[in-house]
Amino acid sequence: MRRRHAKARVFAKFCGLVTWLGTALLLVLLWQIFSDGLRWLDIDFLRSFPSRFPERAGILSALAGTLWLISLVAIISIPVGVATAIYIEEFGGKGKLVKIIDINISNLAGVPSIVYGIIGLTLFVRGLQLERSLISGALTMSLLILPVIIIASREAIRTVPDSIRHAAIALGGTQWQTVWSHVLPASFPGILTGVILGLSRAIGETAPLIMIGALTYVAFVPEGPMDSFTALPIQIFNWVSRPQEEFHELAAAAIIVLLVVLLSMNSFAIFIRHKMEKKLQ
Amino acid sequence: MSSQSINAETAATELDNILEMENVSVAYAGNYAVKNVSFNVARNAITSIIGPSGCGKSTLLRCLNRMNDFILDASIEGNIRFEGQDIYAREVDAVEVRHHIGMVFQKPNPFPKSIFKNVAWGPTVNRYQGSITELVERSLKQASLWDEVKDRLNDSALGLSGGQQQRLCIARALAMEPNVLLMDEPCSALDPISTAHIEDLMFDLKSRYTIVIVTHNMQQASRVSDYTAFMEMGNLIEFDESERLFTRPSNQRTEDYVSGRFG
Ligand SMILES: Nc1ncnc2c1ncn2[C@@H]1O[C@H](COP(=O)(O)OP(=O)(O)OP(=O)(O)O)[C@@H](O)[C@H]1O
Ligand SMILES: [Mg+2]
Repeated sequence: MRRRHAKARVFAKFCGLVTWLGTALLLVLLWQIFSDGLRWLDIDFLRSFPSRFPERAGILSALAGTLWLISLVAIISIPVGVATAIYIEEFGGKGKLVKIIDINISNLAGVPSIVYGIIGLTLFVRGLQLERSLISGALTMSLLILPVIIIASREAIRTVPDSIRHAAIALGGTQWQTVWSHVLPASFPGILTGVILGLSRAIGETAPLIMIGALTYVAFVPEGPMDSFTALPIQIFNWVSRPQEEFHELAAAAIIVLLVVLLSMNSFAIFIRHKMEKKLQ
Repeated sequence: MSSQSINAETAATELDNILEMENVSVAYAGNYAVKNVSFNVARNAITSIIGPSGCGKSTLLRCLNRMNDFILDASIEGNIRFEGQDIYAREVDAVEVRHHIGMVFQKPNPFPKSIFKNVAWGPTVNRYQGSITELVERSLKQASLWDEVKDRLNDSALGLSGGQQQRLCIARALAMEPNVLLMDEPCSALDPISTAHIEDLMFDLKSRYTIVIVTHNMQQASRVSDYTAFMEMGNLIEFDESERLFTRPSNQRTEDYVSGRFG
């Protein structure tokens, strides 16, 4: 008995240590990035196009590209992902097709992102002749994050107790009305978490974008989904691969911007979720 | 169900039985839970279904408003007629059946929404023509919950006590203005006072609704119901006026069950 307690204590200590180690490592990393990049971060950095001269270089086109990309990805992947999850959980029954989709989704979530890049290249850039455009990138990224969104949404939908569904059905609601007014609102926080996880991944991914041929030097702001583009991770990748120290610091500054975009997206989600949960209680 | 197939107003004067069951059998994946049950439910009366746990009471009750449609491996044989119309006929829409036949579940299951929205949801999705606010108030009054909640209609229904939640579920079902109200052990989660509340409520509702109630509590069945069906292992053993079934049952098994609990 006592030995078991001792073991449990050692294990708890170990877990605590690992957690702190991870956090500390992250803090060191952040500190380094901030100390490198902060002095380059000003309005001009956000307003300028990339340049051969570090003092004049900025991230306007990359930031615009990332914002465009993430908006398009959200527009494409959220409806498709949530609709798929609803179909599988609420309407699919236990048919063979659903089972096949089910297995495939779980597998797709583990496929390396470069593979999605290859799919995007053949399917969208060449197949559908969408060229190296924002829409090609957005479609590829949507494919990449769909499994995440679908799995999280299904999980959230499954936590809604059947008693709620039965109550709505017994009140003369159709299955669709039941899903729309009860199942979706109740599973919204979980779905949102999945969406944010997915979109955060899409913001940071570089490999698929390089694969489909997003440009590395862009001196214009994309004006529509068919324009070619670059994105923050590509700009960062480009800068760190240069030999000059200044460009490495520029990359750090761009990373800070990327982090800010990511964090504002997350806070927005947390804010909405908090509001929804308060309404539910 | 189209409006021609069930016309509650005209049929009402002709039929005494609002629901008729004929040789109803239900199987879950081939195992019969209800076997060849036939009896009728009288209009504006309270009919109770009693019997030991697992004898198929809930299963039978769920057949009456087609809630078994959602249990994938359940199959139903026989004939169930509401106002003379077979509710399992191909042209009948199950959603429409549930407009006429409401249900209250064993465990209170309010929506995680406000009290008002709980009551208003059913009528809203079914395009209720009149004033929803009035309907909500009327339904809550019928369920004798109004006085307790009238000042906090916009609070969450999950903040109510178990008994209040169950009365809210009754109010919610009443707001659909059904012809029949099915209740599956509505008091099993409640204390004696809330139970008495709901029994009084059933008496009040009798003049306007037909009630079918499943209960484990035989005092309750004999107290509130006009007719009682006694089931055992999926079979209907006896169906009679409650007074006779509880005092002079014609079947020995009924007597054993009824007296065993009373004695
Ligand atoms: N969804 C289901 N799938 C398979 N079998 C079921 C299902 N629901 C009920 N059964 C079985 O059918 C039989 C009757 O169940 P039912 O719930 O109708 O009994 P009951 O009389 O309501 O019991 P209780 O008084 O305990 O509620 C039981 O043997 C039960 O195991
Ligand atoms: Mg039961």
